[in-house]
Amino acid sequence: MATIVEIRDLEVEATTDAGRRVEIIRKVGFTIEDDEIVALIGESGSGKSTIALTLMGYTRPGCRISGGSVTVGGKDMVRLSERERQAIRGTDVAYVPQSAAAAFNPASTIMDQVIEVTRIHGLMSDAEARIRAVELFRALSLPEPDTIGDRYPHQVSGGQLQRLSAAMALIGGPKLMIFDEPTTALDVTTQIEVLRAFKAVMKRGGMAGVYVSHDLAVVAQIADRIVVLKAGEIQEIGTTAAILERPQHPYTRELLAAFAPNRAVPATTEAAVHPHPLLELSGVIAGYGRVMSDGMPAVPVVRDVTLSLAAGRNLGIIGESGCGKSTLARVIAGIVPRARGHILFDGKELAADAGARSRDELRKLQIVFQSADTALNPMKSVDEILGRPITFYHGIGGAERQARVDRLLDMVHLPRSLRHRRATELSGGQKQRVNLARALAAEPRLILCDEITSALDTVVAAAIIDLLKELQRELGVSYLFISHDLNTVRAICDEVAVMYKGEKIEQAAPDQLGGPDSHPYSRLLYASVPKLDPTWLDSLDRDPELVKAFGGR
Amino acid sequence: MAVLSHHIGRWTGYRVNGVGLASFAVVLAWAIVAIAAPWITPHGVGEIVDYDYFGPLTAKFPLGTDYLGRDMLSRVLMGARYTVGISLAAVAIACFAGVSLGMAAAVMGGWADSALSRLLDALNSIPSKLFGLVVVAGVGSSIPVLIMTLAIIYTPGAFRFARALAVNVNTMDFITVARIRGESLGYLIGSEILPNIVGPVFADVGLRFVFIVLLLSGLSFLGLGVQPPNADWGALVRENIGGLSFGAPAVMAPSLAIASLTIGVNLLIDNLPQKIRDRSA
Repeated sequence: MATIVEIRDLEVEATTDAGRRVEIIRKVGFTIEDDEIVALIGESGSGKSTIALTLMGYTRPGCRISGGSVTVGGKDMVRLSERERQAIRGTDVAYVPQSAAAAFNPASTIMDQVIEVTRIHGLMSDAEARIRAVELFRALSLPEPDTIGDRYPHQVSGGQLQRLSAAMALIGGPKLMIFDEPTTALDVTTQIEVLRAFKAVMKRGGMAGVYVSHDLAVVAQIADRIVVLKAGEIQEIGTTAAILERPQHPYTRELLAAFAPNRAVPATTEAAVHPHPLLELSGVIAGYGRVMSDGMPAVPVVRDVTLSLAAGRNLGIIGESGCGKSTLARVIAGIVPRARGHILFDGKELAADAGARSRDELRKLQIVFQSADTALNPMKSVDEILGRPITFYHGIGGAERQARVDRLLDMVHLPRSLRHRRATELSGGQKQRVNLARALAAEPRLILCDEITSALDTVVAAAIIDLLKELQRELGVSYLFISHDLNTVRAICDEVAVMYKGEKIEQAAPDQLGGPDSHPYSRLLYASVPKLDPTWLDSLDRDPELVKAFGGR
Repeated sequence: MAVLSHHIGRWTGYRVNGVGLASFAVVLAWAIVAIAAPWITPHGVGEIVDYDYFGPLTAKFPLGTDYLGRDMLSRVLMGARYTVGISLAAVAIACFAGVSLGMAAAVMGGWADSALSRLLDALNSIPSKLFGLVVVAGVGSSIPVLIMTLAIIYTPGAFRFARALAVNVNTMDFITVARIRGESLGYLIGSEILPNIVGPVFADVGLRFVFIVLLLSGLSFLGLGVQPPNADWGALVRENIGGLSFGAPAVMAPSLAIASLTIGVNLLIDNLPQKIRDRSA
């Protein structure tokens, strides 16, 4: 065992628009042995990806390494010339990006792109490279390893593409692999296959690895040691077991606490004691594309969904990407008009198209989108964003409007001084709070939450969930909470509906979900959620029949 | 210049650069000339003041004299009125109509979008010079006719440009949020979309202004623009074209005036001040 990576007093800084210098990484130092996987974990902006990139001597545009050394295999990446670094990248150090879909060129075959590294560095002949690539495809348990290379990137699934991008990185025979959030964009049932493949390949090859992630449960499965980062500084370094069992630093404890089972507290408001249905869907069918002669959409996405939500209660909708859960929210909001079926809101039928609904109906039913980056107009101040619905729905302006905006900011725990900032000048968690506050400004009865915590860090997401619960206690609103993450849904919902391929296959209390009486797909989904236990992945025994039937992505 | 622009940046919170400042000075100078022309011309526009024609640069006539012996400086200064004024009016009408319709088409979508797009495409397919010639030949040349003709010719371009920008903004979730809040078309295009495309739209206004100056000069060169004894810069070039073989300043001066204005506007829109927003401050 020898040390392959030694980072000492690393400092990275960036220059802002106004010419001010900002330190991104402050005096970071750690080592990696030549057969271990070290995970860098922290929230977004903690510098974990920046550190991983410095291992290749690279910094993002506008940033520069301002101090310290990054020694990889005896060479200091900071001091090398760009030409010398290029010789090392792809052969000694290789990189697997978060979004494989964005890393592949859609215009050439997978095989050509996988073996490109060997051509650039002149490592072997094309014929040898192809043989080596097929071996890697097999090692990564890709289907049809002999022919998958002839396909184009859009002809394979997201999970397969992620493994193919690992093959692309592995073909140069690197001593150090860098994984930058490689499973973050994948569904849980797919994530398991990818994690298993990565782990097997790394163990067999005896390579060193750096695994960047914000998900502690994923990291626990694959890493030997964990480096916890916050604001560009190391908070704690330790073996995986030590970090999970005996976290020393308060921030690490906070991260772990966000994982602790967080149960929904049954609502005790008047409405919850005497529930009456607030939202009822029966036989709703909707989709995209041309409308056929029988009035059905050419591409149905939501098929015959029937569900109901009682006032003051919360309903979760879970399912993997493409199951139609977001479309269902859009159908309820009237953004995508339904083709068939009925939607009753507070006992009254809602028009299919939002344009045909009354202003009061629109006010009572608000939707909050996943990405606050696109849901908030970047050219507007927080004041304008929150003030508009107040003026629009309640006809209030002037000082009263100011007071209400202040109250909303208090409600979502944002400082009042933020009101003059633009949306682009806020952090991810702050944006999501503004996004939520805008929905609250309308004083709605029901808020449709479409994956509102998915783009957030664990700790921030947990805070948003707490905020939702608090607001529910104060205001008595109901949530229809859409997510792919079972833990999040469980934390807030009284009941959970599972969707698969556009159909609602089950609706149950969160505790019953995944139990023996549950639908097979729910059981698979439940079993696929990573646990903090480091032995979880290895001991996981999934029914192969189930995986074959439902995990085909 | 660098020191000056740094100070301005400190003051206003906007980042400016030297080229931007210089081109702004040129454009501002022409704008002042256009407004103040009647009071600063040394001689009358139609007044013949020299017995010689195509006279050289002298202390009395700083830009020489034209083919009738009129003072060239006075004619160029007055010409600025027509060139800048007509072009500005035309570009304002063209861009206001084009950008509003473009954003409306993007927000409405469907058949309204198709109808508007096809209609303006059809208009766009008519060659601009030819269209100008036909209109002026048909209804005669007057300043309002010139302005409207130029505006109609340049509306489809502004429409296409604004629609392409607005379509991208229209797919954002904040538009969906505003739409299902029940907001009107006017609010959607004016308050949600326009602020997000206003930068490129201003650049487009500047570019279109330059095109209009050149087309107006072209029309005047053909004798269809501003009518004598008044003359815009294009007309000045045409009436003095005979002096080209003598190297007369009378033909150079209006040409340089056109060049300085169009290049000045172009450089200005490429170097507009940028607001310094420091998100971490």
